[in-house]
Amino acid sequence: MKAKLEQIKVSALGEISADGADLEQLRIKYLGKKGELTAVLRGMGQLTPEERPVIGQLANDVRAVIEEALGRRTEEMKEKAMAARLLNEKLDVTMPARRPLVGHTHPLTLVQRDLEDIFIGMGFSIVEGPEVEYDYYNFQALNIPEDHPARDTQDTFYITDKILLRSQTSPVQARTMEAQKPPLRIISPGRVYRSDAIDATHSPLFHQLEGLVIDKGITMGDLKGTLDVFAKKEFGEDTRVRFRPHHFPFTEPSAEVDISCFACGGKGCKLCKGEGWIEILGAGMVHPHVLEMGGIDPSVYSGFAFGLGIERIAMLKYHIDDMRLLYENDVRFLGQF
Amino acid sequence: MNLSMKWLADFVSVEDVKIHDFCEGMTYSGSKVEGYEVLGDDIINVVVARVNKLERHPDSDHLFICQVDIGSEVLQIVTGAQNLFEGAIVPAAIPVAHLPGDITIKAGKLRGVESNGMLCSMGELKLTSHECPGKEENGILILDDCFADKLGMDIREALMLNDTVVEFEITSNRPDCLSVIGLAREAAVTFDRELKLHTPEVKTAGDGDKIENYLKVGIEAPDLCYRYAARIVKNVKIEPSPMWMRMRLSAAGVRPINNIVDITNYVMLEYGQPMHAFDYTMLDGSSIRVRRAADGECFRSLDDQDHVLDSSMLVIADEKKACALAGVMGGANSEIKDNTTTVVFESACFKGTSVRVTAKKNKMRTESSARFEKELDAENCLPALDRACELINLLGAGDVVDGVIDCYPTVKPEVKIPFEPDKMNKFLGVELTEEYMISVLEKLDCKVEGGFVCPPSYRGDLLCMNDIAEEIIRIYGYNNINSTHIIAETTQGGRTAKQSFEIALENLMYGMGINQIHTFSFISPKYYDKIRLPENDPLRNSVVISNPLGEDTSVMRTVALPSMLEVLARNNNFSNENVRLFENATVYIPTEDIEALPLEKKVLTVGMYGNVDFYDLKGVIENVLELAGVAGVKFTACTDNAAYHPGRCASFSVQKNGETVNLGLLGQIHPAVASDYGFDKPVFCASVNFDELWDAADMTIDYTPLPKFPATTRDLSFICSKDIEVGAIEEVMVKAGGKLVETVALFDIYEGANIGEGNKSLAFRVTLRAADRTLTVEEAEKATKKILKDLEYKLGLKLRS
Repeated sequence: MKAKLEQIKVSALGEISADGADLEQLRIKYLGKKGELTAVLRGMGQLTPEERPVIGQLANDVRAVIEEALGRRTEEMKEKAMAARLLNEKLDVTMPARRPLVGHTHPLTLVQRDLEDIFIGMGFSIVEGPEVEYDYYNFQALNIPEDHPARDTQDTFYITDKILLRSQTSPVQARTMEAQKPPLRIISPGRVYRSDAIDATHSPLFHQLEGLVIDKGITMGDLKGTLDVFAKKEFGEDTRVRFRPHHFPFTEPSAEVDISCFACGGKGCKLCKGEGWIEILGAGMVHPHVLEMGGIDPSVYSGFAFGLGIERIAMLKYHIDDMRLLYENDVRFLGQF
Repeated sequence: MNLSMKWLADFVSVEDVKIHDFCEGMTYSGSKVEGYEVLGDDIINVVVARVNKLERHPDSDHLFICQVDIGSEVLQIVTGAQNLFEGAIVPAAIPVAHLPGDITIKAGKLRGVESNGMLCSMGELKLTSHECPGKEENGILILDDCFADKLGMDIREALMLNDTVVEFEITSNRPDCLSVIGLAREAAVTFDRELKLHTPEVKTAGDGDKIENYLKVGIEAPDLCYRYAARIVKNVKIEPSPMWMRMRLSAAGVRPINNIVDITNYVMLEYGQPMHAFDYTMLDGSSIRVRRAADGECFRSLDDQDHVLDSSMLVIADEKKACALAGVMGGANSEIKDNTTTVVFESACFKGTSVRVTAKKNKMRTESSARFEKELDAENCLPALDRACELINLLGAGDVVDGVIDCYPTVKPEVKIPFEPDKMNKFLGVELTEEYMISVLEKLDCKVEGGFVCPPSYRGDLLCMNDIAEEIIRIYGYNNINSTHIIAETTQGGRTAKQSFEIALENLMYGMGINQIHTFSFISPKYYDKIRLPENDPLRNSVVISNPLGEDTSVMRTVALPSMLEVLARNNNFSNENVRLFENATVYIPTEDIEALPLEKKVLTVGMYGNVDFYDLKGVIENVLELAGVAGVKFTACTDNAAYHPGRCASFSVQKNGETVNLGLLGQIHPAVASDYGFDKPVFCASVNFDELWDAADMTIDYTPLPKFPATTRDLSFICSKDIEVGAIEEVMVKAGGKLVETVALFDIYEGANIGEGNKSLAFRVTLRAADRTLTVEEAEKATKKILKDLEYKLGLKLRS
């Protein structure tokens, strides 16, 4: 009987591992109710009580081995069948994709959001002001009285004698000082207007970002420090900043600010016209008259202000050589940002 | 301001400073250099030469063969010029020579005869008859005989062309730097050099004649004329000024005219004090009146333009007529002419704003008015006047009559500013010693005494501590200030909720495949016609720019739709397919009060064409509404907006406090409008009133528990007239079903002949659910029956059998 069991085991394993084996058929043949192993077990009654447990154990072992082999073989064949199917389902992965449409941010907005985030990180809030503005806020409250020669540098669009299209974002400084008390730490991005004919580098409408800080003990060193952080965050950690004396009626001292060219690192290249430096903004310490007109006591408070052109930064950063592209809104252009 | 470095050398010695370092040094101390030009750097190997021998070319009827002495040798040069003669001193280009305009002169043969160079005309040396008065323009430049002993000398040296001109951008607060002396002062401080100022000395005729015999001056408007000084020069002989003067004027960008005019310009450039010279004999009477013009008074200026004056303007007049528009330009009636013999030199100081307004009103901004409008120093009048007369002496241009007229009714008080070194150090963020500060201020000609700083009279821009601090720090160097972090109360920066919402909205748009655009805020009023805005529509009332660049940008838009359509049309012209755009555009709505600012509102404008239809756009809008958390929005067909298709346009609104708030409009652009923009396919646009949307927005998030009990669905289909709106049916269903209705969704729509002309078949799935239990079949049936009953009662709908 022992030999019979051994023989069943050997033949079952052989048949199971054979190519093209019908596993269900084999399970019935060996393990089914009328199967060979069952038939052997049925003959257990003829055994002696001593033999019975030994043979029983052996029969169970054989059953387990066959079951295990059947299971393994079933898995194998499933895997094989799936592999064959998957092979059949092969795709040409180089074929074009079906992409969901994604809209693109306008480059001016990209730059503006960047700048906003940099200054928000330094504790600045964003304040907005009207584009159609009183002459008073655009000029007079900024220490530029009527018929002051400084008005010549900004050809202004007028609506009436007293109302104009703001030529700078600086009127927001004057409005903020009137409306809020120090400490002030604000930026104000927005549209400004100047009577410049449209060409590759001029537009009658462009965007500026104004900054204003007023508090006790604000120094010109603080202005430099703030603009240092701005330049490094916006143009890269190696960017250096330099100040040149200048004149703005609403700041004193005033400066024009250059950054080291982020394309060549200051060695001189096409972008910086060989200078190594790029003029980027105007800044200065808020003029005491401007503080006074805003109702802030210049003997207690001091502050600084700065203003930069968003188009200029976008054009430098993304190497846009014609300002008109920014307002043409060709999707082939927009899609690159 | 163009500065001749040779001229500068009269006052300060910086010849050892390289030009690049000079420019950078001046820029960093506050006088911004725009650039520099080395004059004559394109003239190489041109020398002074003498024509020794002149013969006709044997094979030509117009060429000459010259033997030309260049000092070291005699060269043969063939020329076609007809104005040569033996002994003529001329400029000769010696091979290999370079001339302006990238011209190279090499040795060669002309009609078989060897020619070793070229003789030059003034044009070939980039000169004009202004620099070379009395010389032939079309022939070879024949130099004066005095050059005979300079044969071989570089022409640039001979003609004083070897100069470098530095261009400065002078800011409006520093009119003193619109002069050679002003820039010399700055250069002296910047490079720590000695300033060599010169006090003019005038030799008068000494013949007993006195200015009082000629002239009286009365200032009738001392508020507009602070000072008026004059001198008389008689026996004047008008002729060209000497070459050195002509070349310096030329280098500064001023055209040489004649000795008297050149002197006035020379003094203006050197001292920064505009001068005027006029012909004494053309005056009626012997008094000069500095008075306001009469309203309507006529005046012809030097450039032969006629002006009508008004009483805001100041004139220099004789007893009968205006002879000059004060500080702006002289009159044609007293112009210096070739036969002028007696000259009045005027050196005056006028109120800046008055000159500025006068020049602006008469549209003639001159070198003189550009200086006066920035408020000049009255103390500069006399030195400049004396300098002019000194130059008369030097040039031998006439006899200076004894005496000076000097009316000085308005002397400006001396400015005293407290000297506060500690405060300035704190303000600037530096630690400079008091001694250093004083040394800088003294170099800048300021007196520091008794705790006060007294600036010189020509520094009218120094008025308060900040001004003094700037003077110190610009010399110390802005870039020597250490960068610091603000040490102050911490401020909470960030965006307002509305600002953040705007960004969220932008991000939603990008996610829906819509690109952001930026368009101009000003438009042409014709744009309103293009979108067929009715003639009487209040939106046609725009903020109008009084001095626009052109009609295209002449009014501030009240609607953003035309800007969007322009951009869509442009993209269509570029053959861009499937275009989807948005702009959160500002519009400007005038108020009735003309003194008040217009209302500035934002309108989210969406535009698309290509693979989209009305419902795609509606989906975009519904997503926007969902982002804002606005519930209960009602879409209503809008048939009367002329810009839109009358059958494919909807307005949408929301109820707030019992009032209907209009949130916007969407639809297909009217085919006639679309066609005007060049479209032959449907274009879809929407506008959302951003401010109203924000007011209606509810961004609070409150989680609703997910359903615990199953839903029951009922599919209901009807045939009804096409005119019945799905929205109306849904509204009835939701109302009738009450709380149990979770959703009503249209899932099929069909139109066809088999259901009758003018009909449609609709199929809805109604989902019913209770939050606290499983609905019984009876409950669901009851709700469904109620829905069907109401539909029949209210809309006449019957369930399709």
